[in-house]
Parts: sequence; structure tokens; C-alpha cells
Amino acid sequence: MIPGPFSYHRPATVADAVKLLSTLGDEARPLAGGHSLVPMMKLRLATPEHLVDLHNVAGLKGIRRDGNKVVIGAMTTQHELLASDEIAKSIPILHETALLIADPQVRYRGTVGGNVANGDPGNDMPALMMTLWATYHLDGPNGAREVAATDYYQGAYFTAIEPGELLTSISIPVPAAGHGYAYEKLKRKVGDYATAAAAVVLTMSGGKVTTCAIGLTNLSEIPLLADAAAKAVIGTSLDAATLKKAAAAAQAIMAPAADARGPVEYRKHVGGIMVTRALQRAAAKAS
Amino acid sequence: MNDMTPTREQRTAALEGMGCKRKRVEDIRFTQGKGNYVDDVKLPGMLHGDFVRSPHAHARVKSIDDTEALKVPGVLAVITAETLKTVNLAWMPTLAGDVQMVLADGKVLFQNQEVAFVVATDRYAADDGINKVKVEYEALPPLIDPFKAMDKDAPVLREDLAGKIAGAHGPRKHHNHIFEWTVGDKDLTDAAFKKAEVTIKEMISYHRTHPSPLETCQCVCSFDKIKGELTIWGTFQAPHVIRTVVALIAKLPEQKIHVIAPDIGGGFGNKVGAYPGYICAAVASIVTGKPVKWVEDRIENLTATSFARDYHMTTEIAATKEGKVTGLRVHVLADHGAFDACADPSKWPAGFFNIVTGSYDFPTAHLAVDGVYTNKAPGGVAYRCSFRVTEAAYCIERAMDILAQKLGMDPAELRLKNFIKPEQFPYHSALGWEYDSGDYGTAMRKAMETVKYAELRKEQQQMRAAFKRGETREIMGIGVSFFTEIVGAGPSKNCDILGIAMFDSCEIRMHPTGAGIARMGTKSQGQGHETTWAQIIATEIGIPADNIMVEEGNTDTAPYGLGTYGSRSTPVAGAAIAMAARKIKAKAQMIAAYKLEVHEDDLEWDIDGFRVKGLPEKFMSMKDICWAAYNSVPPGMEPGLEAVSYYDPPNMTYPFGAYICVMTIDVDTGVYKVKRFYALDDCGTRINPMIIEGQVHGGLTEAFAIAMGQEIRYDAEGNVVTGSFMDFFMPTAVETPHWETDFTVTPSPHHPIGAKGVGESPNVGGVPAFSNAVNDAFSFLGSTHIQMPHDFWRNWQAAKNLGVFASA
Repeated sequence: MIPGPFSYHRPATVADAVKLLSTLGDEARPLAGGHSLVPMMKLRLATPEHLVDLHNVAGLKGIRRDGNKVVIGAMTTQHELLASDEIAKSIPILHETALLIADPQVRYRGTVGGNVANGDPGNDMPALMMTLWATYHLDGPNGAREVAATDYYQGAYFTAIEPGELLTSISIPVPAAGHGYAYEKLKRKVGDYATAAAAVVLTMSGGKVTTCAIGLTNLSEIPLLADAAAKAVIGTSLDAATLKKAAAAAQAIMAPAADARGPVEYRKHVGGIMVTRALQRAAAKAS
Repeated sequence: MNDMTPTREQRTAALEGMGCKRKRVEDIRFTQGKGNYVDDVKLPGMLHGDFVRSPHAHARVKSIDDTEALKVPGVLAVITAETLKTVNLAWMPTLAGDVQMVLADGKVLFQNQEVAFVVATDRYAADDGINKVKVEYEALPPLIDPFKAMDKDAPVLREDLAGKIAGAHGPRKHHNHIFEWTVGDKDLTDAAFKKAEVTIKEMISYHRTHPSPLETCQCVCSFDKIKGELTIWGTFQAPHVIRTVVALIAKLPEQKIHVIAPDIGGGFGNKVGAYPGYICAAVASIVTGKPVKWVEDRIENLTATSFARDYHMTTEIAATKEGKVTGLRVHVLADHGAFDACADPSKWPAGFFNIVTGSYDFPTAHLAVDGVYTNKAPGGVAYRCSFRVTEAAYCIERAMDILAQKLGMDPAELRLKNFIKPEQFPYHSALGWEYDSGDYGTAMRKAMETVKYAELRKEQQQMRAAFKRGETREIMGIGVSFFTEIVGAGPSKNCDILGIAMFDSCEIRMHPTGAGIARMGTKSQGQGHETTWAQIIATEIGIPADNIMVEEGNTDTAPYGLGTYGSRSTPVAGAAIAMAARKIKAKAQMIAAYKLEVHEDDLEWDIDGFRVKGLPEKFMSMKDICWAAYNSVPPGMEPGLEAVSYYDPPNMTYPFGAYICVMTIDVDTGVYKVKRFYALDDCGTRINPMIIEGQVHGGLTEAFAIAMGQEIRYDAEGNVVTGSFMDFFMPTAVETPHWETDFTVTPSPHHPIGAKGVGESPNVGGVPAFSNAVNDAFSFLGSTHIQMPHDFWRNWQAAKNLGVFASA
């Protein structure tokens, strides 16, 4: 539980951070809240030679409304997310989900950018960002670019980020007024990753679902968007048969690992239940 | 008397003696972060040691190459078994009469076994060093399933025992067999089963878990070459035993060994034994001439030092149709891991498991325990219990529920029908114990009335009917547990550790101004001894508890004692404290008689001093007696006021309690909710009710953790899959249920203040209450026994196995 030796850098600008990351190469890692990286370093599963601490970088923090989007700086903590009126008002599912991440101590330190950037399949925000059709803003040696959350995740800890690049902010289109939402997370205890979790954002009209997106957390090595399941509920009133169909469609793409949370069969079973419950709760909230 | 004269009530209250909810004096420093733990010990020039550990569960060690490690800046030495052999310390004796490798000697026998000890100038360098030690292994087939340990073709684990047909506890039946221990009358028991009207039989497992105290095991060893003295600061529940063990195995004169246990952050049995870290740090200090610190991390703690339980108990009860028990037969397969490092009194290879007849009047019983080796970490410590009592309580409490189910009787009714009756005490159990006192029926009925047991059963019936109609996916269980503990090891006639009788001690020294210091052979790890011990003295000799300083843990100053574990402190040291206080009081009475110019027999004790019978104004306070003891003692009397007592208890004490747990389980996810948990404890005389309540809350939380998910689990290759707090269930305040506590008081007739010990009762009684609630919830679907732990996925699995989803 003792990390190997590393050098510590504390740049003040995004440009300096990017420069450090690109010149130091593969052995450099950006440090945000450190909740994924530092434990891995203590186990020496990660042995970066350089840590580029982003806490002093100006302009990486904050939540602002930009037209019909909300832009969240990568270094915004989960606590700051929870404290934001803008988030609570326009994207309440983010508030609901952030509350289910670990405990207050972790949320004071853990950042939204760190949660989405490193591709840990256990993190809650990635599937949610996919469900919300979020876009990640990356800055790198070759300039800035945007990647859709749905295109970002490639494998456990493998993402679309290129060497030297930094995720600087996330922009999220504000869901339609009156949308329904729910994040259903089954976990063993406070602080645990999800045994299974499902995010649902939907709109209803005349008692029928008009749009729907369903995200799945920790049910595969990457966060999943359950497209077929979402399609299955469009135009329905979420009757029992539809819910069963949607859960089955979502289960069809789940590929969780067997671990101490339970065998594969169990995790898929409760994955389906999380989808069902999230759909029901989201529908009840929609107006 | 004027208005300012304190009343008797005020004088009593001012003492804050027994029965007072006195606030914990140690909390003043603990709550401010001012405790002094082993890791706070920092000595000039201190070095740090850390272990290279085995990734394999079973492998031959072909070579260890430390060349690269020694090149790491700050690394000073790499100690291996070969190094230790030069001082004859490659192996060490265990408390259970076995031997254990300190560092891998030719072989490794469990994952994370200590292979080499790297000593460096700081902890970082030590860790850099361990990553550079190259160990070549040749993997061997691991033996993980204890039920396969005695197969003919099972791998040979302990090559060092080749040809040894007997161990410390008698003959060995197989190369992986450690001992067989039998108690009771086999023929009589077999006969009872032959003519039984009803019998049940079930294999009840109590899975492997771990005490996991907040502070892990650690030490600082400092050898002074000039004086030839070794000082060890360590997380020791039994510091004197450690001193004697060090003297015996390191061949150092015992007066030159100083063992200091400073503040300890929880023990729960984890800190009773001796671990390779202690030996290696001591040897490293002797070799380097500098102090050496060893601090275990969490993963090391969970995977290498002292697991608990791992008992597989095939249990049979014989009974009449009316539900009167007539016989008990239990066979235990005990998985001890790679070495038998059980921390039990030496003559008890399965601890006090023969308390397995529980609270019931079994006319006959027979018990056999087979201990086996497997490729798992050694240990078998009493995790907040008195030497396998938790396993025994779980075994009998689960079995009684199974019998009730077979008879179609209510489990509480079955218990009431079979309780040992108050008039049967002292009660001689079929497996050899003499229960001191108890009133089980009163406790059980009080519990049932408080929770409105009959109404709960009605609610359960309604919920079951609703479940069958498809109106709910939740099922409800009511778990009843009535445990009898056996604590206070122990009487020298049957308890010793390495030949040292299990007495305990107290030394009280009063100062002239009416204050004093008391030292004991026990060692608090959070139990609040500094608070409660002073309360006993306050009541006994009339000096306010605030004026008594309690000191434990320094073997140079404390009288010899066997330490704190197995709920023995109050039954044994608590008695020693009262006895020492009574010696003080006896001398005080002589001084008071002299000063008041009367005969001793003319004095009577009155709260905080002596009064002349019939002359209430002639009174001498204990405070004034203390002054007189140093200034004007009677002619011929030695000055001073101090006493020491070594107490060898005449018997164990037998606390008991009635616990009831109400739980619902969502069959679709396996998620449970504890709706209610009621715990009635009878620990005899209550010294500090607030501390008792705290003890019960803590023990119930551990019981909840164990029953509902906390386990040390191995995969088929012998990898620990629950080696961190991510997967080893450690509940937070959010998961922990609300506890309702209650009590009855049945004093121990043989203890000077009638107290019994309580710290472990809630763990002992709590686990069966939770497990019985889960089992009770599922019973109407046709199950008789579901193994622990009852975590979410296993509850779902149970529902699935019972066909809940097939019919849906």
C-alpha cells in the first residue's frame, strides 16, 4: 500500500498541463481527485513516473449555462455538482446520481472530469453522460477537439483520449422540460461500485413514452447505452409486457464479470430489475 | 448537619462508582486525535520493515535473489528464513502447540505468506525494496476445500510434520490432520438417538471471517546492545504473554524484555497471537542495532494475520414429539489453514466449543472436532468471542430453529420448553461445564413481550399469504436467538496458555491526598478500562473514580496478567480489582480504628469512609485515611496504602441473552432490510451501563456484518477474493441497523462483584439472530437451512433455488 517513486508537477494553465503531459509521455498521468489513480498507485498497479496535478489549473472548474447546454469544468467536484442550483434545476438526474457516489468525503475531493475520463467501468457518471448525450471537450498537443460520450469508451480504462490530451469540460444538452429521469443503483454498501445500475431519461406525451435513453453502469467493461431497450419502450405506456421486453433487451447487451458482488447471472438479473425500476420511476416523474 | 452537608445520595454520586453511566475518560484524548498508538512511536534512527509475500497458495520456493533489492537507496537488509536459521528463529511455536514458519522455509503454504523481510531507512524504500526481491516459485497443487483435506490423494502441506503420528492434542489420522478432540458420552448419546421420536441433521457452516480492527497489527522493536535489553511497543492484547514468549523463543532474560502496549485501536482477537512481523522486527533490530518498525497494511491484515471461524458443524438433535430435546451430536470439521495458530487456552484445541449444548437441558451429548490443514492463512482467533463460543452458539441456535421447523413448533416456544431452569443452577452440562447462574425464561419472555412477538408472527403470516397471492415480492423473517456464553478464562484447573495459568491481576497504590493509581494485567483496546476499573475501585473504597488513574500495557510496571480477550477482563481482572481494593479497605479500617480510638469491629463502612457504629458524628473519610496511612499509622504497622491481588477464578461466568431480529428480504434483488433488532443482555452486575450499551452496539454491528456478508473467501486456486474493504463487508453507519438494548440482572454467585463480562455477547448472540431471521423468512418456501453469509446475491440465489422465479 505504498506507491512507487514519482515526480509531482503542478501547472497553472491548461496549456502548461498539456505540454507537460505530452512531453513527459506515457509515464505521466493527470491527477484530479485521485480516487481511482491513487489507490491503484498504492497497490503499484499503476506506477506513473510523473503526476500532473490539475488542482491549480485555472478555468477547469465551474458550472455554467450556455444556451441550451450546461457546461461543467472537468475539475468540478461531485460536491460542487450537488451544490449547484443550475444542475438541480435543469439536469436533476446528475444531482440524483452524484448523491449515490460514495460518501461526502469522497465527493468533496472526487471530480466529474476524473469520474468520466479514465474509463473505470465502475464509475457512475460515464453511463449517465451517454444517456444525456453529453460531449467531452479534450485539449491536447494538436489542439482542442470534441468527442461524444457515446464514442469515448473503448474498454476498461481504454478511452478515445490520445496521449498528451486532457479532458477539460463536459457539455450536456439540457433535457426537455417535463422530462422524467431516474438513476437506480444497487450496491452492497455506501462507497461501493454498482452491482448494477441503470440511468433513464425519457419524455412522455399522453401517457406514452416519446423519447427515451437508457444507460447501464458496471454491467460490462464499458458503460452501455441500451438502445434496443430504449426503442422498445417508445410509444408504450410502460405496461408490464413492455417493461419485461425492455429489461430483456438491456440484459442481452450486459456482460458483467463475476465478482464478490455476485455471479454473472445475478448481476444481469438485477441489471434488468434496475432498468425496470428506473423506467417506472422516470415515467412517474415525467409530466 | 447543615444544608451544605452532602446527602448519602450526593456522596454516592460523587464517587461515580459501579452502576454510574460515567463518561469514558479515555475519550478525552481519543476524540481529539491525541491517542498514542504504535505507529505514533518514532525513535531516533528508526528503520522500517516490510514483507515480500507469496502470490501462491502452495508453492516450493526455489530461490530468493535480493541483489537488486539491496541496490535500492535506503534498503539495508533483506532477511530470509536462511538468515533466521542462524538465530534459530525460522520457525516459531504457536499458542496451539504447533510450529509456524516465520519466513517461508522451502515452501509457501498460503497466499500472502511472509517470504522475506526488507529493512530500510523509510517505509517507501522498504516497499521499493520488496518489489525488487526476485523469488522463484514452483507452483504446487493447492488444497482449499477442508472437506478434501483428508482425501487419500490430498497434497501434503506440512512436510515438516512427515512421520509425526501425533500432534500437541493427540494422534493424527492423516498427513493434513491436526487433531481430533472428543467430549461427552458417545454410547449414551447414540442410544438417545436410537430411541428418539424426532431427529434433525444439518451441516451448518460458519464461514471464515476476520476481526479486522481499525488499527492493524504493528510493532516497534528496539534492541539496546549495550544493556542487552529489548523494548517492544506493539499492538498486544496480552503484553505479558508476549514478553514470556519472547523470553522463551529468543532466549533473552525476561527482565531485559520490556513490552509496551500503548493505545490500541481495536483488537477483537486479532492482536492476541504472535506474528512473523514481530519476530522479524526484533531480529532486524538486533542485527542492525537500530529500532525497527513494522506496520501491517489492510490487505496484509485481512489476508495474513489471524482469520476467525471456518467451522463446519454437522449437527444432530434428538427430541420427543412434544419437543423435549433428548440428545445432541455434533461433528466439526475445523479448517485451521496452514499452521494451527489458534489462540485458545492450551488444553482446548477447539476452545470452549463444548458450550454447544447452549441454554438447553440436554441429558446427553457428544462432540467430536477434527482440525485440518489447508492452504489458507493460519489463525482461528476468537473474533470478539470466547474461544469458539460464537461457533457453538450459532450451531445450537440454528439447529434449534431447524428442530422447531421439523416439529411445527414456534422457535421461541421450543426454547422456552427446553431451557435450563433457574433452580437447576449451578448446572452441570452434558459436555462438562458448570453454569454459574441464569434465569433464561424471564429473559426470553421479557424479549417476546417487548417486541410483541405474537403480533410479529401474525404480521408474518399475512405477508406470506400476500406473497403467495403475488401482491408483494418481500418476505419477512423473525430471528430468535437465546445464547449462553462462557467467559472469564480462566480457572487454573483447566485454563493455561503455554503453561501459564490464566489468572489476572491488579495493583492499587493510594497516594496521601486521597488519590491513587491502579495497574492491571489486562489491556484495553477500546473497552474503556480506564473508566470502568476506576468505578469498581470507587465503589469498593469510597474514593471518586476521577481520583483513580488506571494504567495498563507496560510490563515493567503492571502486575503479570494474561491480557484482554474472550470477555475475560471483568470476570478475572475485575475480580482482582475488587479483591485488591478490599485489601486496601481492610488496612484502612485498622488505621481508622486507631485514629477514631475504637476497635475495628466498632466501625462500619459508609459510602466513602468508616463510621463508628452508633456514633454517626465519629467518621473518618477514606481521603483522610490515605493521609494518615503515610503519616500516622498505628504503632507497629507499616506505613503506606497499597495492595496487589492475583485472582484465579473458581469458575467461568456464563452471561446470556435473548435477541430478536425482524427482517424483510426482496426476493428479486436479495436486498434485505433489518426492521427491528432487540437485544436483551444479562451480564450480571452492570459496572457502567453506558459502556455496556456501547459494547452491545459494537458487537451487534460486527454480528450483522458477519451474518450478512463479511467473509474471507478463497477461489479454487487459493487466492483471497475479499482482501480489502471493497469486498470484505465492513458496514458503515448507513448500513447498520438501529439497535434496541435491554437487560436483566442475574449476578454471578462466585464473582466478588457479581459481574460476568459482556463485550462479546452481542457478536455471539447476534449472528444466529440474523441468520435465523433470513432462514425463517425463506422457511415457508420449503428451505431448512441456508448457509451464511446472507449477502444480497446469496439471498437471491436462495430464492432462485427455492423456485421463486420459476413460478413467477
